[in-house]
Amino acid sequence: MNSKLTRRRFIKGVIFSGAAASTGTGIYLASAQSGQGAAERLITLNINGRSRPVDVMPSETLAYTLRYKLDLTGTKIGCNRGECGACTVLIDGVPNYACSVLTHNVKDKAVISIEGVKAADGTLHAVQQAFVAENSPQCGFCTPGQVMSAVALLNDNPSPSRAEVRQALSGNLCRCGAYEHYINGVLRASGQLA
Amino acid sequence: MPSHDVMPNMELYQPVQVEDALEIADRLAERGWLVGGGQDTYGWLKDRAKSVDALIDLSGIESLRGIRETADGVEIGALTTLTEIASSDVLKSSYSLLTDAASVVASPQIRNIGTLGGNVSQDVRCWYYRRGLSCYRAGGNLCYADTPQGMNREHALFDASRCVAAGASDTAPALVALDASMVIRNGGGERVVAAEDFFVGPANDIVNTTVLRPGDILTAVRIPNTWAGATFYWEKVADRNVWDFSLVNIAAAFRVSDGTITDSRIVAGAVQTTPRRLGNVEAAIRGQAKNLQTAESVMTMATEGARTLAHNGFKVPLMQNLVKRAIAA
Repeated sequence: MNSKLTRRRFIKGVIFSGAAASTGTGIYLASAQSGQGAAERLITLNINGRSRPVDVMPSETLAYTLRYKLDLTGTKIGCNRGECGACTVLIDGVPNYACSVLTHNVKDKAVISIEGVKAADGTLHAVQQAFVAENSPQCGFCTPGQVMSAVALLNDNPSPSRAEVRQALSGNLCRCGAYEHYINGVLRASGQLA
Repeated sequence: MPSHDVMPNMELYQPVQVEDALEIADRLAERGWLVGGGQDTYGWLKDRAKSVDALIDLSGIESLRGIRETADGVEIGALTTLTEIASSDVLKSSYSLLTDAASVVASPQIRNIGTLGGNVSQDVRCWYYRRGLSCYRAGGNLCYADTPQGMNREHALFDASRCVAAGASDTAPALVALDASMVIRNGGGERVVAAEDFFVGPANDIVNTTVLRPGDILTAVRIPNTWAGATFYWEKVADRNVWDFSLVNIAAAFRVSDGTITDSRIVAGAVQTTPRRLGNVEAAIRGQAKNLQTAESVMTMATEGARTLAHNGFKVPLMQNLVKRAIAA
């Protein structure tokens, strides 16, 4: 058998909620080894390039883990229903709503939250600098999510058109209605706006 | 109704092979909930409007992902995301009806994780039902939407039976128009169901929107090359351009020879629980010129049999005009 697959099965197995179930299927219970308790919930996440061991409940969302377990409170929870975009993070480079992803789904993936976009020396990302220059945020609550969507866009498409920016940021609500300022900010970050 | 920030606690299974997922789904039956991208699932659970003992997370099963060309069309794994579908060159070149539909589902982030299987299996759009009220669909004995005070602007025009909720999927009408079929596996083996028969209305089954039953897993969608490269028309009308569900959508495929329609599929979405194939319109335009005149002559046929509710009467001219545009385009 493929050793990688075996290892994946070993890792993934089943995550029981405490001692609720001790009679799972043979294969899963066996592969989880210590069939009950919190051991399976201890996982290591790759967050902003760092390995972060954390105890994660089976149905915990990534937004919850980031904010309440890892103290990465830059990721905001607005609606908690995938309807606002404030919790947007990058999972393997792809923007997703952290409120609508299970933390156990990102075990094998690289997560970048708003805390991870600045350079190692603290220099703000070009998108962040441009948002400052364009006065993009008003209240600022949606800003971390807007930054993440913009960073993902520019990684894929360094010179987007205004329409492409609108499309890329369309999954992030701004209750202040500062959309045009965010779009200007992304265009400035891409060097298209002096 | 209280709002909950956290998910209720439950077990989580993360199989990496279909066979294991089938075994778990079969064993847990109603106590288990299959989850792909989870974009419909988590709302139900966070709201405590539905509850289960365990989630069966299918997202680790690589064999359920991807778009494969087959001898007579394409096969799309049920776990393929809507973004992957919308950006697939194979699908864009031959089945752009599906990519057009997939590209306007919800928001970019939801399309990045939401799956084709989930999109066609999602539950109906009705806030009374989704708020956890004990309506017909939830096992109760009344409908909160079809009342003089009910907010039913988004609800169904056709085929209501006690429940008046409309289906919410954008890809479902496109798949019906493309004569797609759904590959379903369970412990007993595999069965293939035509997309048109995959969706079920409340007259036949008021608690399910598809033929999927506990223990079943939708593993793939097959699109035959019947309509490959045909003339397609897709349009979705919603209150907002992003995130929103269709008020009405139209998915149409035409074979045109010398300006004459030789065959067609015209399917409307969000006008009943299931995609509504407009067979009468298809029959009427066969052999006719594909132009505005033909479109205007058949547009009212599209809504024959519609039964409007207090607030959704606007869907009748909306649907007629979408059919008109599809044929005239």
